[in-house]
Amino acid sequence: MFRRCFNRWCGGDENRVDSRTIYVGHRRCPGTNTYLPLKFCDNRIISSKYTVWNFLPKNLFEQFRRIANFYFLIIFLVQVIVDTPTSPVTSGLPLFFVITVTAIKQVGDEEWMMWITETSLQMRMNTIPAHLILGLVCRSTEDETFPGCSIQASLDGESNHKTHFTVADTEKHLDSFYATIECEQPQPDLYKFVGRMHITKDGLEPIVRSLGPENLLLKGATLKNTKKIYGVAVYTGMETKMALNYQGKSQKRSAVEKSINAFLIVYLCILISKALVCTTLKYVWQSHPGHDEPWYNQKTQKEKDTNKFLKMFTDFLSFMVLFNFIIPVSMYVTVEMQKFLGSFFISWDKDFFDPEIQEGALVNTSDLNEELGQVEYVFTDKTGTLTQNNMEFIECCIDGYQYNYRDSRTELDGFCVTDGPVSKLQEKAGKEKEELFLRALCLCHTVQVKEGTELHGMDEVDGIGASDDAEQCCYIASSPDEVALVKGAKKYGFMFLGMEGKHMKMQNRNKDVEQYELLHVLNFDPVRRRMSVIVKTKSGETLLFCKGADSSVFPRVQAEEVERIRMHVERNAMEGYRTLCVAYKSLSSEEFEQTDAALQDARLALQDREERLAQVYDQVEAGMHLIGATAVEDRLQEEAAETMEALHGAGMKVWVLTGDKMETAKSTCYACRLFLKRTELLELTVRTLEEGGRPKEEKLHELLLDYHKRAVQDRHKDKDKEGVTRSWSSGFREFGFIVDGATLSLVLNASPDASASRYKSLFLQICQNCTAVLCCRMAPLQKAQIVKMVKNSKGSPITLSIGDGANDVSMILEAHVGIGVKGKEGRQAVRNSDYAIPKLKHLKKLLLVHGHLYYVRIAHLVQYFFYKNLCFILPQFLYQFFCGFSQQPLYDAAYLTMYNICFTSMPIVAYSLLEQHICIESLLENASLYRGIAKNAMLRWGPFLYWTLLGLFEGLVFFFGVYQLFWNPALADNGQVFGNWTFGTIVFTVLVFTVTLKLAMDTRHWTWVNHFVIWGSLAFYIFFSFFWGGIIWPFMQQQRLYFVFANMLSSVSAWLIIILLIVVSLLPDIVIGVFRQPQGPDRQQVPGPDPAGCETRTPLLSEATSAGATEQTSQCTRILSTFQYKQNLIPDWRPPGPLLIES
Amino acid sequence: MASSYNAKEEDGQLSGAAGSGGVGAGKSKKPDNTAFKQQRLPAWQPILTAGTVLPAFFVIGLIFIPIGIGLFVTSNNIKEFEIDYTGIDPASPCYNCSQTLTWNSTKPCVCKVPFTLEQSFESDVFMYYGLSNFYQNHRRYVKSRDDSQLNGDASSLTSPSKECEPYRTSDNKPIAPCGAIANSLFNDTLTLYYINPNGTESLVPLQKKGIAWWTDKNVKFRNPGGNNFNLTAVFQGTSKPVNWQKPVYELDTDPENNGFINEDFIVWMRTAALPTFRKLYRLIEKKNNMIPTLQRGNYTLDITYNYPVRRFDGRKRMILSTISWMGGKNPFLGIAYITVGSVCFFLGVVLLIIHQKYGNRNNSAEIPN
Repeated sequence: MFRRCFNRWCGGDENRVDSRTIYVGHRRCPGTNTYLPLKFCDNRIISSKYTVWNFLPKNLFEQFRRIANFYFLIIFLVQVIVDTPTSPVTSGLPLFFVITVTAIKQVGDEEWMMWITETSLQMRMNTIPAHLILGLVCRSTEDETFPGCSIQASLDGESNHKTHFTVADTEKHLDSFYATIECEQPQPDLYKFVGRMHITKDGLEPIVRSLGPENLLLKGATLKNTKKIYGVAVYTGMETKMALNYQGKSQKRSAVEKSINAFLIVYLCILISKALVCTTLKYVWQSHPGHDEPWYNQKTQKEKDTNKFLKMFTDFLSFMVLFNFIIPVSMYVTVEMQKFLGSFFISWDKDFFDPEIQEGALVNTSDLNEELGQVEYVFTDKTGTLTQNNMEFIECCIDGYQYNYRDSRTELDGFCVTDGPVSKLQEKAGKEKEELFLRALCLCHTVQVKEGTELHGMDEVDGIGASDDAEQCCYIASSPDEVALVKGAKKYGFMFLGMEGKHMKMQNRNKDVEQYELLHVLNFDPVRRRMSVIVKTKSGETLLFCKGADSSVFPRVQAEEVERIRMHVERNAMEGYRTLCVAYKSLSSEEFEQTDAALQDARLALQDREERLAQVYDQVEAGMHLIGATAVEDRLQEEAAETMEALHGAGMKVWVLTGDKMETAKSTCYACRLFLKRTELLELTVRTLEEGGRPKEEKLHELLLDYHKRAVQDRHKDKDKEGVTRSWSSGFREFGFIVDGATLSLVLNASPDASASRYKSLFLQICQNCTAVLCCRMAPLQKAQIVKMVKNSKGSPITLSIGDGANDVSMILEAHVGIGVKGKEGRQAVRNSDYAIPKLKHLKKLLLVHGHLYYVRIAHLVQYFFYKNLCFILPQFLYQFFCGFSQQPLYDAAYLTMYNICFTSMPIVAYSLLEQHICIESLLENASLYRGIAKNAMLRWGPFLYWTLLGLFEGLVFFFGVYQLFWNPALADNGQVFGNWTFGTIVFTVLVFTVTLKLAMDTRHWTWVNHFVIWGSLAFYIFFSFFWGGIIWPFMQQQRLYFVFANMLSSVSAWLIIILLIVVSLLPDIVIGVFRQPQGPDRQQVPGPDPAGCETRTPLLSEATSAGATEQTSQCTRILSTFQYKQNLIPDWRPPGPLLIES
Repeated sequence: MASSYNAKEEDGQLSGAAGSGGVGAGKSKKPDNTAFKQQRLPAWQPILTAGTVLPAFFVIGLIFIPIGIGLFVTSNNIKEFEIDYTGIDPASPCYNCSQTLTWNSTKPCVCKVPFTLEQSFESDVFMYYGLSNFYQNHRRYVKSRDDSQLNGDASSLTSPSKECEPYRTSDNKPIAPCGAIANSLFNDTLTLYYINPNGTESLVPLQKKGIAWWTDKNVKFRNPGGNNFNLTAVFQGTSKPVNWQKPVYELDTDPENNGFINEDFIVWMRTAALPTFRKLYRLIEKKNNMIPTLQRGNYTLDITYNYPVRRFDGRKRMILSTISWMGGKNPFLGIAYITVGSVCFFLGVVLLIIHQKYGNRNNSAEIPN
């Protein structure tokens, strides 16, 4: 969204010129006379919004745009302008505090992040001046970081290897090199670059070469595998793609924030109604003759002259100011601080550290911590997320014969046929076919060979590169499948030796080196789902080799060939292997020339380049011959099954969204126990639709209705029969749902008649009633579509997407919480995610522990804040009834100011950072605990009402308790009387103690920090009160509190009333807390409903493994049962039932 | 409260510390294995359960009930006598005064209110005046003072704070003490006579000093001009508050009780919390151990009636009270303590019953197994 805006904004600026022209080395081409130096920015990245100069006004403006801050600014201004009861300091100081903290946090956040990335780049850039100018030719040596985006050799911000190419025909000596580069205006897409280079050779016609992303080096990239390159800077400074991409701040808002806003509105209503009530009553009261202006309390002339209605209005404002503390200024800053600081615990967690990649978790946004505790739907990618994306070549099938490679049974020729089709057992395909197939594997890829370490002193083996110790070389590719295939071919005797210029070298089975000239690479893209190479053999033959997904290859080859291989492909897919089909085509010279010309033409286009290329690709890759298929195994991630089980146990629904074949995906689902043996599978795929030969729509309709009946209606019937209490017991049927991309688009994009929306709603209802849903053959955009559909369904469940690849970015951005797995497919997912973790298994702790704790912490924080401000302001409101509605504050200005920022702020901050109401071990072991906080359980109206009533009760107790005492104000043992400030101070003392002790009672995890902060702030209050009242303050108008506190403490009655009121205030909460306790034998069981159920429901902490753990565990259990029982009593907690879609 | 110290194992802490000191660890992004960062700080994990709260309830009950009884008894033992002398009722002796009162009357109106003490007051007796329906806590009133003037600041004496408006200046001279509070100083004079059984009146000696807070009298309130006891000269150039009959330097003859440090004035300046309040007026010290401070019998209260309250429906009272360690008579605290103590005790019993019942069921359920 933001990015789009940015682009639009950017585009507006640049619309004048669609492309830019850069003169290489600033040398005019001999042919052209005009040289218009265009104004391009220099290479400094002004990474942040702020500079030293504009910081203050800009940041203030930003901050006051927030509604809450604006509100406080208004209150402050009212205080300055109107004659208000409290001095402007009382709200000015907290506002100043909040603004400062937020500003520091924002600057810190942003500058820090940028500083980290920038300095780490700058450090490596020592040889390149900061003022890189466009068109400057720069030389870059290996391992050096590129200063700007420049044309030529290698990288895109991902730490994996990408192959980049030099532009053809540029190998001339640089001094005699004249060229201009024409390229598009800067745009943030890292994977797109369109440009053209005009090379002028002495006196010759300019040669035009196309420039694509493969020729562009991004800022921050490092050069590998090449000693040095020369490049031309095309984008610099703020125009580099990296800089354009740094808009990363997520605009996602959490559910907690929505709750806060709702509560805020309630409190705003309370505030306004209080002010209205007081204003009205004030005028009612004043209408009594002796009240408005008794002889002892005359008004000033100015007051007498004021217009009555204006007076009423200012009175209203004054009351607003007096009560404005009910809306906690400091809550926002505390919430922000809590989120910001709290998120560090994720990156600090050593359990998230993965020794393989030497990295821990990464937090990209701190706004969504608590959302991790609210997840209802998990959308996961399969490859690289559920599976390791660590490919291993398992078997291949050539011309219908299966070749299964086993190291132990290797025959001389490298082949071992284990089990082919039964009838053709032990048979082999013809040798030619075999060799053609293996050559295809060796040639059709973009793998590069990186030579052994001794040669260049490079010992860095990238995650992608699979090193082979024996050969002292390793393959580098952007996709692990390719490496697996090349290595597979090597096992069968065909070894790819690398590129030499434009020639691909390979060693065949006879140890002869074969050379092929690489003419074209038709790159892989997820839409085509295949890639091809066009090579020329020594004998002059032109061959096209193509490999790709079966669905994209089968339609382009002879049907009878397909029949022979389809069975193998499907069987392999069933076993969970990734299959690719290999095909070839021999091109005649005319055909080739035609293609060559078309490709060149398309590549040089500055507009619609992609579309035109795709068109050419489509034409060439037709009428091919299928040679065989490969099967590559992608092993499951560590603990994938356990993680999925835990997620199920936590009441989350897991949807697998994958681009893979259905069979592959299904077997993965079984392997990671998303589908269990007893799970009834509902299939809605192209295959099921095609059965019966009827029109697809009709069949779709029928199936949807049938599934809906089974999954939704029957289940509800069962539920009714069993009765409410037992309905969620484990005895009910579980459904799994399988849908494929084609069918999905049929459902989602059905003809726009009335049934279309109905399909969608049926579909969604079915999905929501299934424990696991598998969506296969999905395009990246469809993944996002699915997420969006669930996200917007009724009840707006919280969704989480997890993925590792570029194709998951759309769904990561779409979901409420996006998790990136630091996988092998580059950093794009990580960069776009909210949180990044090294492995899937870390998701369990992230959600069950961190998410749960964060949610409980922040929910408590929010409720507590509203509560403590309610009982802070209520006595002040009540006091108005006894002071003639004159807006006389009950507390001294210092207390009003300090209450939220000093006396009661630190304990709740400590609580919200450190609280563990249930210990981490229990949270991990009992996934079902997660359900206790589902559906925003602690921030719903029920708990809010409870806290509000508690606040009301306490406010009433504080005020009327002290009021009763002041019936006789002679409280000292020397007969002296106390005045109004003592009254306020007693109330305030009770308030501070009660509110702090209430938090102390809610704290289940007392670390030394909690002790320090809770007792510390009480001590600070006492110390401050003595200090504040101990001095005649110079420059102060009034010495209201002079020795008030000390005198108060000299009175036994004051002590007694303080103790009494604290006890009375806390009593109901204790009693309710105790009565909520589980009583009797049930307490050890999980009372929460258990709808989806994991297959093995572990009894709650029944087995304590070691003797040492027993004590701790039992402690946990007790806390646990308390917690669960509490959760159970939250009024409208409902088990997550079937959701209905909004029509 | 159930509790246990749960010092979680800080297994790798040593190795983590050693690792971070190592050369290689500096580069690695491995998170520090410290108890804080791993959220494994040793913690005390208390929980409130019936079993743990139960004793607390009994303890609170057992402490509060005796305190309450003590407070109640103490409060009841305090002798207090209160008489309303406003003179609303035509039969009241002060009726005439209240009717004819004007600020400008030069001749004070005096009325005598007779009363009888049924019990003798044994210990020190404190004499209060009480006002009702007098909003000393009204915001306009509360802020209408200048504490730096009252603290003896010379510049504030001549130019008082704006908060004092409209009682800041009169006749173009600054008012000392300025403000509505000072202006409305309670100026009835109360004298107490004991009517001896033989019919003669004897004056009960009333002590003026010791009625204000020590800190107010000695620090917060100071006469301007330092140790210059010639207050007339010090207050030269200032005007008396409009409603006062005499200037501030003539409040008392005793220089220690004159000017801003006059204790009646200081007491008045401490604004009351509620519209019905009492303020300490005089002390009646016990002189002789043998004779009660105030014997039972008939008394007359002589009132120089200056202070008008009828216009705002106010009431004036005179209160005689003894004082205990808990202050003046107030049964509320005692009753509240007894109530809360009983409630706690009752809850304790209820919880105990519940606890026992479930405990028993637990046991019986276990036997068949």
